Amino acid sequence: MSDVVDTAAVPPRVETPLQRFAADFFESRLAAAALVVLLTIIFIAVFAPWISPTNPYDLAKVSIFDARQPPGAENLDGLTFLLGTDGAGRDLLSSIFYGLRISLGVGIASGVIALCLGASVGLTAAYYGGRVDTVIMRLVDIQLSFPAILVALILISALGKGVDKITVALVIVQWAYYARTVRASALVERSKEYVEAATCLALPPRRILFRHLLPNCLPPLIVVGTVQTAHAISLEATLSFLGLGLPATEPSLGLLIANGFEYMLSGSYWISFFPGIALLITIVAINLVGDQLRDVLNPRLQK
Amino acid sequence: MTAPGTDAPTLEVRGLATHFFTKAGVAKAVDGISFSVGKGEIMGLVGESGSGKSVTGFSIIGLVDPPGRVVGGEILFQGQNLANLDGEAMRQLRGNRIAMIFQDPMMTLNPVLRIDTQMVETIHAHDSSVPQQVALARARDALGEVGIPSPDERLRSYPHQFSGGMRQRVAIAIALLNKPDLIIADEPTTALDVTIQGQILYQAQKLCRETGTALIWITHDLAVIAGLADHISVMYGGRIVEQGPIADVLDRPMHPYTQGLLGSVPGHNRRGQKLFQIPGMAPSLLQMPEGCAFRPRCQIADDACLAEPLITEPVAGRHVRCYHPSDGGAGR
Amino acid sequence: MSAFIIRRLLQSVVVVALMSLLVFVGVNVVGDPVHMLVSPEAPQEEIERIIRNLGLDRPVHEQYLFFVKNALNGDLGRSFVFGEPALKLIIQRMPATFELAFAALLMAIVFGIPLGIYAGIYPDRVSSKLIMSGSILGFSLPTFWVGLMMIMVFAVMLGWLPSTGRGETVSLLGLKVSFLTIDGLRHILMPALNLALLKISLVIRLSRAGAREAMHLDYVKFARAKGLRESRVVMVHVMKNIMIPVVTVLGLEFGSLIAFSVVTETVFAWPGMGKLIIDALHNLDRPVIVAYLMIIVLVFVIINLMVDILYSILDPRVRIKDAGR
Repeated sequence: MSDVVDTAAVPPRVETPLQRFAADFFESRLAAAALVVLLTIIFIAVFAPWISPTNPYDLAKVSIFDARQPPGAENLDGLTFLLGTDGAGRDLLSSIFYGLRISLGVGIASGVIALCLGASVGLTAAYYGGRVDTVIMRLVDIQLSFPAILVALILISALGKGVDKITVALVIVQWAYYARTVRASALVERSKEYVEAATCLALPPRRILFRHLLPNCLPPLIVVGTVQTAHAISLEATLSFLGLGLPATEPSLGLLIANGFEYMLSGSYWISFFPGIALLITIVAINLVGDQLRDVLNPRLQK
Repeated sequence: MTAPGTDAPTLEVRGLATHFFTKAGVAKAVDGISFSVGKGEIMGLVGESGSGKSVTGFSIIGLVDPPGRVVGGEILFQGQNLANLDGEAMRQLRGNRIAMIFQDPMMTLNPVLRIDTQMVETIHAHDSSVPQQVALARARDALGEVGIPSPDERLRSYPHQFSGGMRQRVAIAIALLNKPDLIIADEPTTALDVTIQGQILYQAQKLCRETGTALIWITHDLAVIAGLADHISVMYGGRIVEQGPIADVLDRPMHPYTQGLLGSVPGHNRRGQKLFQIPGMAPSLLQMPEGCAFRPRCQIADDACLAEPLITEPVAGRHVRCYHPSDGGAGR
Repeated sequence: MSAFIIRRLLQSVVVVALMSLLVFVGVNVVGDPVHMLVSPEAPQEEIERIIRNLGLDRPVHEQYLFFVKNALNGDLGRSFVFGEPALKLIIQRMPATFELAFAALLMAIVFGIPLGIYAGIYPDRVSSKLIMSGSILGFSLPTFWVGLMMIMVFAVMLGWLPSTGRGETVSLLGLKVSFLTIDGLRHILMPALNLALLKISLVIRLSRAGAREAMHLDYVKFARAKGLRESRVVMVHVMKNIMIPVVTVLGLEFGSLIAFSVVTETVFAWPGMGKLIIDALHNLDRPVIVAYLMIIVLVFVIINLMVDILYSILDPRVRIKDAGR
C-alpha cells in the first residue's frame, strides 16, 4: 500500500490519461493534419447551409443557363462558381458541402447505431458464453464471410431507397464487425480478476457488462469505429452511385459523382471529379486518424 | 591463446567492436574484444544475456541486424580479415567454411520446407555443380553422423515432425554439411533437456576433435562449458573481462565477476551452503557505468575502478580486465 | 488428406442447405412469394399456376422441400425482363465476371506480393514508404470513382484504351474469353486494374507485414547463416511462408472480387453477372435476384472449400493437426 501512496504523492509529471493520449496522438504530424482536415470537413458538413455560396436545392436560385460551367466561371449575376456547375446549373462547391452533410450524416449515424448494437451483442456473447456465444458468433461468421457490398445489395433490394433504409442497411452490414471486436476483447477482460470480484459482489450482469467490461473494450472499439465509418461512407457512396442508395432528393457525394458520369465522356470532368476528391479526402483523413488511434491505443505498443 | 603445437589460429579476433545505433543512443554491444581459436579447439564464450556474446557470434559470421554494425577491429579467419570482406565473399564463407548453430531449435528450421530441401540448398549454395543425388547422399550421411535414426526417411520429413532435440541435431547436421573449419554455436543446448544436452555436447566435442574444426560455444551456463571447452572467455558489458585455459579459470578465477558466476553455480562440495548471487543487474548497454562496467555490482571496487581498467596478463596465458585481480584460490 | 476433404465437403453442403433455407425464408415467408416471384402484370391464371407450382397451399416444411427440389432441378424462376430462366441468364454472364475477377486476382498477386515484400525488406527506403502510402490510398479510394477517373484519363483524354464492353472475344472450351485477343486485352485492362486496386493494397500490406516479421525470424537468419544467396532467402524461405496467409486471404477475397465486380462492371459496362444483378435490381426482376443470390452463395462455399484444401497443401502443419484430430 505504501508504494501506491508514494508514487501517487510524488508523480513525475501531472498528466491525465487523456493528456497522455493526446500527446501520443499528436506525435505523428500526418495524423494531426488528418485530424484537422477531418474536423474541418465535419464543420463544413454541420454548417453547410450557412457557409455554402448558394443553396443548390433552392429551385428559384438555380438557372439551367448556368449548366456545366467550368471551374472559376462567372454567371450573369456576378456569381463565381469556384468548382464549376453541374448539369442542372447548380454550384458544385455548394453541392459538395450539402453532399458532405448527407454522406457524413449517414456514415456516422449508421456507425454509431451499429457500434451500440454490435457492442451489446458482442458483450452478451462474451459474458454468457456457451450456447449463446456459439449461436451469435456463428451468425457473425456467416455474415462476415459475405462481402459488405453484397449484403448491402440484398438489403437494399428488400428495403428500397431512402435515408432511413440505407442507414438500416449500413447498420446491418457493420454490426458484425463491432460484435466480433467487442467479444474478443471482452473475453480477455472477463478472465481478469476485477470482473471476478464484481461477480462475487453479486452485481447484476447488466452492471458488470456495461460498467466494467465495456469501458475496457473501448480502445479497439474506437479504432474499428473509425475504420468502419470510413467504410460506411464509401459504401453509401458506392450504392448511391449504382442508383441503389439515396434518392435524388438527398444528393450525397456518391450521387453527385454518378450525376457527373454522363457528362464526363463529353469532357466536363469536374462534375464527377471534385465530389470524388471530397469523398477521397474525407475517407483518407478518417483512415489516417484511425491508423494513428490504433497505434496509440494498442496496449501491446504501450509501455 | 593458441593451443601449443598448432600453426596460425583458425580465427583470431582483434579489438572487435559492434555497436547498435538506436534512437535512444549508441549501444556498444561489443566493445573491443580479442580472442583466438585454433584448429580443433573449443572456446567457451560465457556471459549473462546482454553481455554481447551472441552479437560477437553474429559479427564473426557477418549477420548483425541493423541498426547494428561492426565498427572496428579485425576478424582474421585463416588469415583473411572478414571485417573487410564484401557481401558475396562473406556469403561464400557462411555455411561453408564458417557455420552457425542457433539457440532455439524449434525456430531455426523453416516450417514449410522439407528437411532435404533445407539441407541440399546449403550444399548447392556453395557448389551448384553437385548433382542432386550426391547432395542428398551427403545430407543423409550428415544426419547419420549426428545420430538421427533412419536418416533416409527423415530426409523427407518436415521440421514439425521432429522433437526439439532432433531438430537441433538436424541444425547441427546442416552446419556440418560442408565440413566447416569453424562452428559458432549460440547456446545450442539451452532449450533442450539435460540428457539430450549431454548427448549433443559429447557429439560436438567428438566432431571437433576428429575433424579439426574450431568451435566457439556461446553460453551463459558455466556447467556446460566446464566439460567441453579448452579455453574460456568471460564477457561482461560488451567486453571480455577474463580469459584463459578452462581449468585454470574455473579453479582460480581472477575477476570478481567470474568469481561471482562460479559462486552462483550449484556444484559439488557445497551442499548446504547458500548459493552466491551477484548483486544488482547487468547494466543497460545504453547507460554503461563509468570506468569498470562491473563496478556497481562489485564488492571489491574502489576509486581506482572509476577509470577504465585495461586487460592485463598477470599470469602467463591468463588475461583479466581488473585493477584488483585475485591471484587465484579466492573463488572457491 | 481425403478424410479432411470429405469432412470439409460435408460442411459445405450444410452451409448451402442453411443458406437455401435462409433464402427460402427471405423470399417465401417474410415477403409475399407471389408478389416476389410474379410480375405484377401477370394474368390471374399465371398467378394460380405459380401458387400451385410453389405448393403454397401446403405446410411450410413441404414448401421448403418443394423449393429445394425446384432449385436442384435448376428452376429458380423466369426473368420478367428477358423471359428466360433466371439461372440460364446468370450462367451465361458468369464467364465474363470470372474472367474479370481472375484477371484482377492475377494483378493483385503480380503487383502486390513483390511490392509488399520489397517494402517489408527495406522498410526505411523512400520507395517503400511510397508503396505504403499508395496502399493506404488504394484502401481509401472508392472503386467506382477510380474507375471513372481511369475512363476520363485513359479513354477520354488520352484515348489509349476503350472504356466499355468486353471487346473481341474468342471461344475457349466453349466459353467466350477476352484475354486471348489484343482487343479483348485492351478492354479488360482497365476494369481488371480497377477491380484489383483494393486487393493489390491488401496484398501489399499482408506481404509487407509477413516479410517484416519473417526477416527477424530465426529460420531466415539461419538460412543466411547457411550461406544462401539473398535471392533464395527471400524467394524461397520468406516467400513460401508469406504465401500461406496471402493465398488464404486472396482465395477468400476472390468471392469479394466477384461481389465488387458489381461496381466495376457497372462503370465499364462489362457484360457480366454483376451488371445483370444491378439491372435486375433496377427493374425489380426478382427471380434473377434470387437466382443470383443462390449462385453467389454456392460460389462462396466452393471458394472457401478450395482455399481450405489449398491451405492444407501449402502448410504441412495443418495436415498433421487434422490427422491427429
